[in-house]
Amino acid sequence: MSVTVRIPTILRTYTGGKAEVSAEGATLADVLRSLEENHAGIAARVLDDAGKLRRFVNVYVNDDDVRFEQGLQTPTPDGSAVSVIPAVAGG
Amino acid sequence: MAVQSVEPSTTSVDLGPAAALSCRECGERFDLGPIFACALCFGPLEVAYELPADGSEALRKRIEDGPANIWRYAPLLPVPADVADKPSLNPGLTKLVKADNLARELGVTGGLYVKDDSGNPTHSFKDRVVAIAVEAARAFGFTTLSCSSTGNLAGAVGAAAARAGFKSCVFIPHDLEAGKVVMAAVYGGDLVGIEGTYDDVNRFCSELIGDPLGEGWGFVNVNLRPYYGEGSKTLAYEICEQLGWRLPDQIVVPIASGSQLTKIDKGLKELVALGLVEDRPYKIFGAQAEGCSPVARAFKDGHDVVRPVKPDTIAKSLAIGNPADGPYVLDIARRTGGAVEDVSDPEIVDAIRLLARTEGIFAETAGGVTVGVTRKLIESGLLDPSLTTVVLNTGDGLKTLDAVAAGPTVTIRPSLAAFRDAGLAAV
Repeated sequence: MSVTVRIPTILRTYTGGKAEVSAEGATLADVLRSLEENHAGIAARVLDDAGKLRRFVNVYVNDDDVRFEQGLQTPTPDGSAVSVIPAVAGG
Repeated sequence: MAVQSVEPSTTSVDLGPAAALSCRECGERFDLGPIFACALCFGPLEVAYELPADGSEALRKRIEDGPANIWRYAPLLPVPADVADKPSLNPGLTKLVKADNLARELGVTGGLYVKDDSGNPTHSFKDRVVAIAVEAARAFGFTTLSCSSTGNLAGAVGAAAARAGFKSCVFIPHDLEAGKVVMAAVYGGDLVGIEGTYDDVNRFCSELIGDPLGEGWGFVNVNLRPYYGEGSKTLAYEICEQLGWRLPDQIVVPIASGSQLTKIDKGLKELVALGLVEDRPYKIFGAQAEGCSPVARAFKDGHDVVRPVKPDTIAKSLAIGNPADGPYVLDIARRTGGAVEDVSDPEIVDAIRLLARTEGIFAETAGGVTVGVTRKLIESGLLDPSLTTVVLNTGDGLKTLDAVAAGPTVTIRPSLAAFRDAGLAAV
């Protein structure tokens, strides 16, 4: 499955400044592994030491927050758009 | 508690005592700039200060001699020293109302106060945070002010931008209360309704910041968030000053993203560290609406993680289903011996009416949430009625009129006979 991943500004040092990159995988976990293969170091920023999504990062597959879906096991069908976004507070 | 103090930033940005940004999660430090998330762990960035070296007496006098608004606390905020001379809405120093009638109604004997932030220029506490963000926007050279908002913030940004000479473009869920939409639109900036919830709006704005379409825009609650959040500390400063430089025993704060509650705690701790108030225990309680209560749920279940929810409540200004500061709220409530509680929509409306008929304060739905939660906390024994308690009203009921639809007690012809027949006469 080929998906596009939207990269937040603070991770673009790992993608050569690109705001959007391609990755492969049937689930979010697979997509993150694929990202890491092509952009070494990025996974450690998104995942904590236990391999879970860091608590201040939001990940969406298409328009769905993966925490409402199946977390790292959320399916990423071919053509999906994955967005990685820092959590925003301040309301 | 040691107040953070670091070497001055090497940048030329003048934001007064602000020296750097520090990650609340991992402690990594960054130069002052329009950034909000840690590049290592995504943790929220906070302002770290070089705080005043004055002794506590001198600092207290400096504050008391300052302007009658938040700029009296400029030595403790990320703003330039001459901030009071710049065009601003000058929010703050709102009333701390001694609510004796409400206290009798709720059975509070230790002194009950309502910090009524509906008295700010656009009638909500958001004027405080926006005023600080405006100074950061000036310092970083932004010309357009923006935000994602549940309504109050949109109005505050529109008004502050107009006064300070910025363009503005604000984003809101398309189905907000009419009063808030009108207030957001009237100041002349662009107002964009987004088809979705506040969390959808927030996500959209976060993506816009990383895109050339949003280049040069200062989003007060996104890329200016570390500075913006500091404005909420002024609530803590004012409450203590208005109590005669004394910490309240208990304080009840509404929770949207949780930022306000965490910054009130930060402000109280700073006052202690600076010797401006005596160090003594205080409890902080969080208040949510049942229809959006992920933090209250986590508190009651004993969890450290806040599971996001899809909001469904009349308290739209608190309808943030994914509260980023939720874990910190849990930490603070537990550390201070407080709690996080929620109330239903009918309880919110009852509480709005209770505050109005006892103290003459017409609160927006968020104020109903804090008063309703206070009542519930007293009933459950979690809040001690024999202690000094401060309840926050963060906004004006005129913005959420629909929540308490009400009309005349009775409608009559203009005659004394009709008045007598209506049964309202004294005799």
